[in-house]
Amino acid sequence: MPRVTELKVNGAARRLNANSERSLLSVLRDDLELTGAKYGCGEGQCGACTVLLDGEAVRSCITPVSKAAGKRITTIEGLESDGRLHPLQEAFLETGAMQCGYCTSGMIMSGVSLLAKSAQPTESEIVHGMQGNICRCGTYPRIVAAVRIAAKRRAS
Amino acid sequence: MTSELTRRDFLSALGGGVVVLCVMEAADAQESGRRARVGDAKPQEISAWLHIGEDGVVTVYTGKTEVGQNIRTSLSQAVAEELRAPVTSIRMLMADTDLVPYDMGTFGSRTTPTMAPQLRKAAAEAREALIDLAASQWSVDRATVQISDGKIACAGRSAGLGELTRGHQLVRKIGPDVMLTPPTEWKIAGHCIPKVDARDLVTGKHRYTPDMQRAGMLHGKVLRPVAFGAKLTSFDDAAAKKIPGVTVVREGDFAAVAAPDAESAEKALAALKAQWKVEEGQPSDSQLFDYLKANAEAAEDRQAHGSIEQGMADAEHKLSETYTVAYIAHTPLEPRAAVAEWTGDKLTVWTGSQRPFGVREDLAGAFGIPQERIRVIVPDTGSAYGGKHSGECAVEAARLAKFAAKPVKLVWTREEEFTWAYVRPAGVIEITSGVRNDGRMTAWEFHNYNSGPSGAQITYDIPNHRIMFHSSKSPLKQGSYRGLAATANHFARESHMDQIAQSVNLDPLEFRLRNLKDERQRAVLIAAAEKFGWGKQKPAAGHGFGLAIGFEKGSYLAACAEVAVEGGRPKIVRVVESFECGAVVNPDQLRNQIEGSIIMAIGGALFEQMRFENGRILNARLSQYRVPRFGDVPVIETVLVDRKDLPSAGAGETPIVGLAPAVANAIFQATGKRPRSMPMTV
Repeated sequence: MPRVTELKVNGAARRLNANSERSLLSVLRDDLELTGAKYGCGEGQCGACTVLLDGEAVRSCITPVSKAAGKRITTIEGLESDGRLHPLQEAFLETGAMQCGYCTSGMIMSGVSLLAKSAQPTESEIVHGMQGNICRCGTYPRIVAAVRIAAKRRAS
Repeated sequence: MTSELTRRDFLSALGGGVVVLCVMEAADAQESGRRARVGDAKPQEISAWLHIGEDGVVTVYTGKTEVGQNIRTSLSQAVAEELRAPVTSIRMLMADTDLVPYDMGTFGSRTTPTMAPQLRKAAAEAREALIDLAASQWSVDRATVQISDGKIACAGRSAGLGELTRGHQLVRKIGPDVMLTPPTEWKIAGHCIPKVDARDLVTGKHRYTPDMQRAGMLHGKVLRPVAFGAKLTSFDDAAAKKIPGVTVVREGDFAAVAAPDAESAEKALAALKAQWKVEEGQPSDSQLFDYLKANAEAAEDRQAHGSIEQGMADAEHKLSETYTVAYIAHTPLEPRAAVAEWTGDKLTVWTGSQRPFGVREDLAGAFGIPQERIRVIVPDTGSAYGGKHSGECAVEAARLAKFAAKPVKLVWTREEEFTWAYVRPAGVIEITSGVRNDGRMTAWEFHNYNSGPSGAQITYDIPNHRIMFHSSKSPLKQGSYRGLAATANHFARESHMDQIAQSVNLDPLEFRLRNLKDERQRAVLIAAAEKFGWGKQKPAAGHGFGLAIGFEKGSYLAACAEVAVEGGRPKIVRVVESFECGAVVNPDQLRNQIEGSIIMAIGGALFEQMRFENGRILNARLSQYRVPRFGDVPVIETVLVDRKDLPSAGAGETPIVGLAPAVANAIFQATGKRPRSMPMTV
């Protein structure tokens, strides 16, 4: 059975030995101890497992690890640089865009991907771009506000 | 630290500094059922305690759990306020049964009205004790000693909060006359303090139960029956056992596997060969409401006054209607999860739960061991909404761990969560009412079958009323849910009130005001109506406006909604909700709870419904069970009615009850058709 033996995660090469059919989510969480991405549904419906592959948001629970091999993988743990939070992380803090926080990693990763594609998204682009992420606590309006703030900061 | 800790052990473990014990007030103790408990090792009258270490770190020990309702922050604020210390100096040690005093659980919106005042008193007692200590050590008049920003000071001298005890432990109970800071003078409580652990959430650092790792830990999987009540008639685990490292457990109808990695555990589960005997003829969702009525038990009066017969005789218009509410699932994004570890005869379980001590009882019962040998730790949890009272996942993980003699992590799949957790009760509600031509209500008879009595009480001034609850036999395992049955009862009552208003040609707002004397209820209604602009304009074509009021668990609210009906589907355009829960503890977090409740309520109002047949759930996946998403969110405006003269009530649940009836009434205005079933369709 084919194995994946190296992944590029958050700027570092990580050695591992995983069946290539396993989900990227389980490899990140169980093999690499990066537990920021969460299991929520196992069918790509809730977005709690969202990570970036070459900057693009993917649902890691339905992404075989083989698809991530050779690509740049970014998880929530890799957003902070030199002790400084990503502007979207800052904006989540500022708007209080969380309650239980279980969806937060996935929301932020989806938001980062959205902002990479569209530097100044409109409200409806944000809603459309984030539609695949579920927050059961219902902090959606604050998340929209956070994405908007992060976009604005970048522009100024 | 051993689990068998007496109060003395606790105190010695805490070391030097100031300790204040919170003693349960008789009323609260009775309410939480404490008096009825026997055999618990811990002193029952102590509900929490607070310790100020010599390093000035304030640690609060409480059995309450953080599930997103933000009490880690709000309780920190309460303590910081009375101690005159920064919020950052407060550490909340929550929900670890070895380290905190017994607590019934985190439900019923009780943390703010019962735990917060006790912690405020404890902090105030500590403050006064420190002032006494400073006055005596410095030989100064206590009136000249000041505490602010975590320092005690007097005439040029200054000390940190923990310094003055000089290695001793000063233990106090809350005195009868302890002075609390009135809400009008609050500087930390009552303000928008950000969530204290927010940084760990935006960086992914916080470890929820499914994120836990233990040395040598195995991953568990449970073999689920093919239907509710099915019996395991044949079982073959030979293939599963050939997978390296796999342990198989079978005890009666319970079968499960554990393996060194999740992949092997999944393979082992798939390799189990099992046959089940299914109990046929279980009710399906299509027969649900008839079934609940047919199996109803004798009624229980919840609120009654006057004579319904007389009230109906006085009425000039009469109305009888039936409303139904489907079963819905909490769908917490973190599914049930537990990590169990046996060390000798001692069991430790980490699990997401609202009732750590309840889970400990479940474990003690399952394994026949004393509770003192069990430690349950609840990491801050990925939501619950009333859905995490039970300990079945903890018991399953502990069974596997015992058999495998290694720590085991068990995380329920989404399908398991939908199928094997419990749901919000479905219900049938019948209302008969009478009104005079002048719009005054004369009679109100209300029967709730199965869904529950919460929020069925009326704040309307109706001289003859009777409110009854009939329990029934539920086809699905049902339990608590945010606001309990208050959503169902508010949906029925406020829909009905709207229809009566129409029968006497009165505006829904005017009609309600004519039948309301309760000043707090009137105030929130007027506040919401003003913000919404009720009566100022007519809705656009295909749109409707609706309003509803509510009261439950000490909080009052009113909601106004604008709904557009497009292509046969209702779309909520705008919601204004006013909310009054006494003195507001944290305005921004209260708004967060109100916004979140409104959004969560959209699911039950318009989409959510458990479908089931012959003991099987038919839509146990997120792709088959629609919950609110970004695109469903209306413009939301909240109005906080801050009553600093009234004690603070809990506010994590009640804001959910107003949305459905306001939307129902708006749908009626838009379409001329009145929805009487949740989820509503047009």
